[in-house]
Amino acid sequence: MDGDDRVFDDRTPGVEEYESTASYLSYTAGLGLAVLLTIVSFVVAQTNLLWPPGIPVGLIVLAFAQIGVHLVFFLHIGTGPDHTNNVIALAFGVFIVFLVIVGSVWIIANLNWNMMDIPR
Amino acid sequence: MTIAALDTVPTGVPTELARGRGGGGPASTRTVVAYGFWIFLLSDFILFAGLFAAHAVLSGNTAGGPTGAELFNLRNVFIETMCLLFSSYTCGLGALSAERRQPARFLIFAALTLVLGAAFLVIESTEFAGMVSKGAGPSRSAFLSAFFTLVGTHGVHVTGGLLWLVYMAAQVVAKGLRPQVLRRLLCWSLFWHALDIVWVGVFTLVYLMGAR
Repeated sequence: MDGDDRVFDDRTPGVEEYESTASYLSYTAGLGLAVLLTIVSFVVAQTNLLWPPGIPVGLIVLAFAQIGVHLVFFLHIGTGPDHTNNVIALAFGVFIVFLVIVGSVWIIANLNWNMMDIPR
Repeated sequence: MTIAALDTVPTGVPTELARGRGGGGPASTRTVVAYGFWIFLLSDFILFAGLFAAHAVLSGNTAGGPTGAELFNLRNVFIETMCLLFSSYTCGLGALSAERRQPARFLIFAALTLVLGAAFLVIESTEFAGMVSKGAGPSRSAFLSAFFTLVGTHGVHVTGGLLWLVYMAAQVVAKGLRPQVLRRLLCWSLFWHALDIVWVGVFTLVYLMGAR
């Protein structure tokens, strides 16, 4: 499996593309980015650094960024052509997660709003 | 056919190697196993999505009981987050050492991962015990039921991951870094990294937003 032509092989989730000295560096870079994003999240949540009504959106953006860092640097899910299967599976997972969370929140908020209209 | 025979089929015959997208023959056992485990992890994310949805819907329903802002100690949550993050890092370095057939290094990193994971669990169970003793147990309100279910399910996954890690370390000692053991280790490290991804959602949506 270890040859120059392995760029065309199916890629294994969790395994880096090339066995090289860069591997330790990649985990360390991932750790550095993740720690940075975590600290920024905690600071943003506890201060008024960000415009206060925008804080939830800011936190969600930071969480997505950190999940991206984890996927790329720790799980080694990339965007190369050999990653097609892994990325398609991930995209389907993200789609279902989005449907479940956004769908639930949407429907229940709607029901809640309708209940409020009933005169008591 | 024995497992060993299956292992030797894809490798060593360069003309039969998978070329991706269906070309060139079957993918290696390692790729197939990790892909299957990746699918399992995605289904696990969907399980957590259900719990996150329940929490999002119920988080305002405190039934006159304590709110997140009164209960959460963000300093502890930050320490928990760092424990899990650094354990993900040592887990990655351990997996790398195993790939490079360095069992002693692997065991050192496995021990570090175990200590960091256990520290996370100790902090979390202390927090849970403190909440229950203050009368803020899972039966107090819908918010607390959803909180304990979501965070507790993550904690159970971490506990399972630690037991699995001890089992894997024993296998590395007893059997050495054979291909089967390496594949199981790969699955374990994927599982551990996935738990950290779920925790990013937990600390952002449950703690940071709940404490506001």
